[in-house]
Amino acid sequence: MEILTIIALLAIIASLIADRRKTWTGIKKGSVMFVKILPAIVSVLILVSIILYLLPNELIVKYLGEGAGFTGYVFAAIAGSIALIPGFIAYPLAGILVKTGVSYPVIAVFITTLMMVGILTLPIEIKFFGVRVSLIRNTLYFFGALIVGFLIGLFYIL
Amino acid sequence: MREILKKNCLNFLIIVAFTVFVAVSFSIDYYPGKSIFKEQFYSFFKEMILFLPIMFILIGLGDVWINREKVEKHIGKDSGLKGIILVIFLSMAQAGPLYGAFPVTYLLWKKGASIRNIFIYIGAFCTIKIPMITFEIGFLGWKFSILRTLLSLPIIILIAIIMEKYLKNRKFEVHEV
Repeated sequence: MEILTIIALLAIIASLIADRRKTWTGIKKGSVMFVKILPAIVSVLILVSIILYLLPNELIVKYLGEGAGFTGYVFAAIAGSIALIPGFIAYPLAGILVKTGVSYPVIAVFITTLMMVGILTLPIEIKFFGVRVSLIRNTLYFFGALIVGFLIGLFYIL
Repeated sequence: MREILKKNCLNFLIIVAFTVFVAVSFSIDYYPGKSIFKEQFYSFFKEMILFLPIMFILIGLGDVWINREKVEKHIGKDSGLKGIILVIFLSMAQAGPLYGAFPVTYLLWKKGASIRNIFIYIGAFCTIKIPMITFEIGFLGWKFSILRTLLSLPIIILIAIIMEKYLKNRKFEVHEV
């Protein structure tokens, strides 16, 4: 996190030197986005806080943790394919889940399917590409996401 | 401000209800309420509130500095490797959900982008958008992010090639909605 802050600071300085006006527009744009997304982030944090309080940690670790095995992946892949969560919320959530004891491989499958497969957005996709192409794309991406997820998992297990 | 209120009706309801719940919990010393606030919510919130503004400023700066039109000119049918690289950079610079990428693919298709490049655009949009990567690094770490990016790239290019092979002799078009 410190590194990211340093990168951001360097980017702002470089941008200021190059063009002061553009920099302000950029910072303004970013701040507006932040304010817009903040209510959603806070309310998700609230819901997650309540759910994590109600669910015992052992249960999460048992079904989604290191030793969870296959069921963890299946759950992550289904949740990831169906859910429609913007990354601004998905990543903080993933970070919390990792700290609670969910294993990195399970998180990897969840994140990759979440980003690559969109079951809820399928109707929109069909309008642009037609039924056949949309179904093929999502199916191929589903398996692609699983492969990426499993490979990431391998790197964490080994 | 009005727009934000309108769009976040449910979110504000949750926030207000939670605030009341926490306030009551503290005043009557209700342990679960205090614990949810202190051990769960506050510890998550504290970490994010410092971190998120920095990321959004980075995203805003990226948005201002990257010129989309220039890139769009060079990703046609015979664009080869250069086209692939450009289309990846183009989609990396975008933000927003996947369904926001579809209208862009329509524009690309109309401008003559190849089938392969259209699907590479979608793939890169899904997996390696810079705004997402900054979040990913922040919350899941460099190792995770680098691994996922490096593993995803060949797979989305491969899928795009498969899509192109399959659709080449079939009718393929992107519709305007």
